[in-house]
Amino acid sequence: MHQLARRIEESFSVGFLGAMEWRGDVAVTVTRDALHEVAKFLRYEPGMDFDYIVHVSSVDWPDDEERFEVVWEFYSIRKRHRIRLKTRVPESDCVVDSLTDLWKGADFMEREVYDMMGIRFRNHPDLRRILLPDDFTEGYPLRKDFPLRGKGWRDTFEFLDEVPR
Amino acid sequence: MGLIQLGRQDKDGAPDVITGTLEKAVNWARKGSLWPMTFGLACCAIEMMAAVSSRYDMDRFGAGVFRGSPRQSDLMIVAGTVCRRMAPVIRKIYDQMPEPKYVIAMGSCATSGNIYDSYSVVQGVDRFVPVDIYVPGCPPTPEALFDGILKLQERIMQKRVFVSQPKEIKASLKV
Repeated sequence: MHQLARRIEESFSVGFLGAMEWRGDVAVTVTRDALHEVAKFLRYEPGMDFDYIVHVSSVDWPDDEERFEVVWEFYSIRKRHRIRLKTRVPESDCVVDSLTDLWKGADFMEREVYDMMGIRFRNHPDLRRILLPDDFTEGYPLRKDFPLRGKGWRDTFEFLDEVPR
Repeated sequence: MGLIQLGRQDKDGAPDVITGTLEKAVNWARKGSLWPMTFGLACCAIEMMAAVSSRYDMDRFGAGVFRGSPRQSDLMIVAGTVCRRMAPVIRKIYDQMPEPKYVIAMGSCATSGNIYDSYSVVQGVDRFVPVDIYVPGCPPTPEALFDGILKLQERIMQKRVFVSQPKEIKASLKV
């Protein structure tokens, strides 16, 4: 196991679920409850010192019981190492802790995850849609059960007052 | 020597007159001074910029004066993928252009949505603005854009200027 993953496992015996390393990429899976504590550890622990958030994204696994996976990637500019942090949430209660209090840059990226996948972030300062319009009603387009062509939004032009040609 | 020059030059004694209809003169003036508006949305815009630059020089066709404002332009070149969120903006800008106005859908995306058969991409800009010329290609070369502009100029020459038209005529055929 990678040294970074081992340190997380030693510090969080309950929340730590597993680690994977593939071609130099380290990914650590934690429980949802431990997420914020692990993130704080990554941010402020001297040996970790992850001061830069690379991205926040999410994956839809429609056949799994805990359907959604939220993925964060962090980088340490000073120590020059990076790590990926994952957690799973079920569809019935898709809420995870926001990490905006640790990394300011998580703000817009978490809003994008909320916009596209419908995962809500607890304690986020301004959780609104960011790419789609606020009055978009068709759901969350990146979910696997969302129809590829949408539900008619792309063909409705409410600003045209004339009859369709 | 212009297209329409009345009177005679006494130098050689021959009358220097070209006859034509006033309509033709108006259309000639319109086609020779198309002021396009910069409306680049995606990679097609790069080809549009190349078409204006020195190597291709769109100014040869009288269409090189790109404007930043719809109120000063009479040709909108929609270059690129039109997302649904951009659609009301395009329509608003089209409505702000003074008559007569023309629209070129440049590239496959503006024409039909191209491969982006997705929830957010409008399947052709002609769904909400009338399009005069469709330029195929992904992206079209500057030569293809020129071909579209020349075709548009041919079309402008055929329009009727001093004829009143019924109200229910297709918006794209309006002069």
